[in-house]
Amino acid sequence: MAFKMSVQKAKGKVEEVQLGSGDNAITIGGEATLPFYDFDGETGSKAKLGMEILDIYPEEWVKPLKETYKDVAEDPAKWAKYVEDEFNPDFICLRLEGADPNGLDKSPEECAKVCKSVAEAINKPLVIAGTNNHEKDKEVFEKVAEAVDGYNCLFLSATEENYKGVGAAASMAYSHKVGAESSVDINLAKQLNVLLGQLGVDYGDIVMNVGNAAAGYGFEYLVSTIDRIRLALFNQNDKTLTMPIITPVSFETWTVKESMAPEEEVAEWGNREDRGISMEVSTAASILSVGSDAVVLRHPKSLETLKELVDALE
Amino acid sequence: MALKGLDIFKLTPKKNCKDCGFPTCLAFSMKVAQGAVEIGKCPHMSDESLAKLEEATAPLMKTIKIGKGDNEYELGGETVLFRHEKTFVNRNRFAVRFTDEMKDEEINEKIENIKSVQYERIGEDMKIEIACVEYVSNKDDYLDIIKKIKNELDVVFMLVCEDTDVLKEALELVKDENPIVYGANEENYEEMVNLVKDDKLPLGLKAKGLEELYSLVEKVQGLGYKELILGAQGESIKETFKNVVQIRRTALKEEDRKFGYPSVIFADELSKDNKFMEVALSSLFTVRYGSIVVLDDIDYAKGLPLFALRQNVYTDPQRPMTVEPDIYPINGADENSPVLVTVDFALTYFIVSGEIERSKVPCWMAIPDAGGYSVLTSWAAGKFGGSSIGNFIKESGIEEKTNSRKLVIPGKVAVLKGDIEDSLPDWEVVVGPDEAMHLPKFLKDLQEEAYA
Ligand code: SF4
Repeated sequence: MAFKMSVQKAKGKVEEVQLGSGDNAITIGGEATLPFYDFDGETGSKAKLGMEILDIYPEEWVKPLKETYKDVAEDPAKWAKYVEDEFNPDFICLRLEGADPNGLDKSPEECAKVCKSVAEAINKPLVIAGTNNHEKDKEVFEKVAEAVDGYNCLFLSATEENYKGVGAAASMAYSHKVGAESSVDINLAKQLNVLLGQLGVDYGDIVMNVGNAAAGYGFEYLVSTIDRIRLALFNQNDKTLTMPIITPVSFETWTVKESMAPEEEVAEWGNREDRGISMEVSTAASILSVGSDAVVLRHPKSLETLKELVDALE
Repeated sequence: MALKGLDIFKLTPKKNCKDCGFPTCLAFSMKVAQGAVEIGKCPHMSDESLAKLEEATAPLMKTIKIGKGDNEYELGGETVLFRHEKTFVNRNRFAVRFTDEMKDEEINEKIENIKSVQYERIGEDMKIEIACVEYVSNKDDYLDIIKKIKNELDVVFMLVCEDTDVLKEALELVKDENPIVYGANEENYEEMVNLVKDDKLPLGLKAKGLEELYSLVEKVQGLGYKELILGAQGESIKETFKNVVQIRRTALKEEDRKFGYPSVIFADELSKDNKFMEVALSSLFTVRYGSIVVLDDIDYAKGLPLFALRQNVYTDPQRPMTVEPDIYPINGADENSPVLVTVDFALTYFIVSGEIERSKVPCWMAIPDAGGYSVLTSWAAGKFGGSSIGNFIKESGIEEKTNSRKLVIPGKVAVLKGDIEDSLPDWEVVVGPDEAMHLPKFLKDLQEEAYA
C-alpha cells in the first residue's frame, strides 16, 4: 500500500476583510483550511503582523525599546511613522492607554486628534485599541471614528457591554471595521456577532477578537475556543462565525511575570528583553498556528521572527 | 476502530464446538465485539487470527515508552486531533542536541544549562527531558560525550546515529536506560532492528518525504518491529509542518496505523541559529502534533514560554489546573501586609498574583480549596462561601503572620462581605475590584489609606 495524503475539504470559508485604503490596504482572512494546511485547500491571505504603539510615553516598556523610540515616543504620529519606515509591519496598532479613566483619562476629543494625526502620518492601515473600559471606549470611539473617516480603521473592540455604541459609530456611521471582543467561548463569540448583525453591522465588517492570553496563562482555553470556532465554520459552515480573527498578543505577553520580572529579582532567568520577546514569539506563533489571522506585536525582533515564520509556512 | 461481531466471526474456526460457553462461534463473536467476553475464551483461535485481531483492536496511535525509572516518559497514544474533543494524553518532550564535533566547552555549557533550567510550575516539573546525542565522525568523542552526559544528567538518551557499528558500542553504555535509537533508514533498517529488538528500544525512522517514510514503516513492521518513532523532518519548515500534520492525521483520521507513532522534529536545524525562530517553531510543533522537539540549547528565555505552553496545551480540558491551597507572600509580604483571598484555579491565581506583583504592594494571598473553578463558578458551586473562607483564614495561620486585619475579597463576590464578617469578627472585609487588572491602583490606594 502506498501513502495517500489525508485531505479535508471545508464547507465554509473565512470572510475576507479589508483594512486601510488605496494601495496600502490589506486583506485579512479568506482561508478555507486550518492555518498553513495548504494540502487541504485555499489558505487565504497571509497572516498579518501589526505593531503596537501608544498614545502616551511607554513608561512600562523594556528599556531597549524605550531607547529605540526615544526620539519619537512623545509624539504618536512620529512614532507610527518611524515604526512603519523602520520595521515595515502589515499594520500599526495604536493603543489609547492615555484614555484610561484609571490613568490620564484623556478626553475623547484629545484621542480623536491623536488618532487622526497618526492615520495621516502613515500609509499602512491603522488599528485603534481602547482602554478595556467599555463605557469610555464607546465615548472615545464615537469621536475617533469621525476623526479618521475614510481611513478604514479597525476598532478594538466592541464588547457585549458597548457593542451598540461602538458598532454604530465605527462601522455604520463611518464605514470602519469593528473588532468583536468576547471572552474565550465559542457561544459568546457567536452571540456578539449576531448582536452586531442585528444592529445593522455587516458581517463583512467584523473581525473577531475571541480572547487573549499569554502562553502558560490559560492559553489552552484560547486554543480550544479558536479550534472550535474554525471547525464550526469548516465542518458545519456556521454563518455566524465566518469572520477573521485578530489577537492583540502583545497586550498580554508583556504583562506576565516572565516578561516583567527585573533581572535583579530573578537573576537566573537572565535578560528581561529576551524573555519578553520569547513570550511574545511563542504566544504569537502558537495562536497563528491555531487560527488567528492577525496578531499585534510589540518588539521589532518578534515581528522579524514571525514574518520569517509566516513566509516559510505560506 | 471497534471491530464488528462479523469481522471477529470471520477469524474464528467456525466449529461451533461450544467450548467457549456459547452455542455458536457467531454468538461468541457478538459478545466479544461488545466487550462482554475476552477472545481468549475460545481455545481454538489460530495464532494468525489472534495477531490480526490484536492489530485491528490496537489503538490508532501507539504509546511508546522512552527512558527508565525516574526518567521514563510515554509518547504518543493520542486519540483525538483537537484537545476539546477529549484530551491530549502524552505531552511532547524537549531535547537538547549534542554532537561529537562540539568542543568540551560547548558541551559543558549545555549540560550546565540543562541543569539550571529546571523548576516546578503548578505541580509539574519543567525541564529538558532528552539528550539528543548525534554521531558525526569521531567515534571515541561520541562515546565520551555519552559517558559524560550519563554521569552528569538525568535524561533520556536519543542516540542519533546511522552507523550500526558505532551504535553497537554506544548502546553498550546506555542500553539499560531504554534510549531512543534514531537513524533507521532505507539501507540499514534490518541491522538497526536487530540491534534494538532484544531490548525493545524505541527506534526512530528516517526517510526522505512521507511516501518513503511510509514504505519504511511497512518494511520495519514487516520484520515484526513496532516500537517506532517517526522522523518528521523535511527539507524546509513548510515540509516539516506538512509531515507532522499528515502523520498525525493519517493515524487518527484515516485510521492507518502505519503512521500511528510519535514524531520527532529537529527545530534547531530549521531555525538556523535564530533562537527566537527556534522558540516560534517549537511552539508551532507543541500546538500541532510534535512528540519530540529537539533544540540547540536551553535557557530561561526559551524554557519559560515553551514549558508553560506545553503545560497548557496538554491540560485535561475536563480538569482545570489548580494551585495548592495555602498562604502565599507576594512582594515580600510582612506582618503589616493585608490579605487578599481568591480561588485555587491556577489561571485566576496567576492573573491575580501577576497584578499584585505589578502593584509592588506587599500582600498575602490566601488560597482556600475552592474546587479549581473561577471565582463565580466556585461561588455558585458553594465552594467559595463565607464560612469556607472564614474557616480557611482561621486555620491557615495567617493571623500569626500579619497584624493587618484587612481581608480583600474579589469584587465579583461582594455579596460575601457580610457572611465573612460574621465568621471573622476581628477582620475588616474590603471588597476589591471586579477585574484583576484594576488591582494595582486599588492596592496602591489601600496602602496610602493605611499610611494616612
Ligand atoms: S470455542 Fe471457539 S470454535 Fe468453539 S464455539 Fe466458541 S468460538 Fe467457536
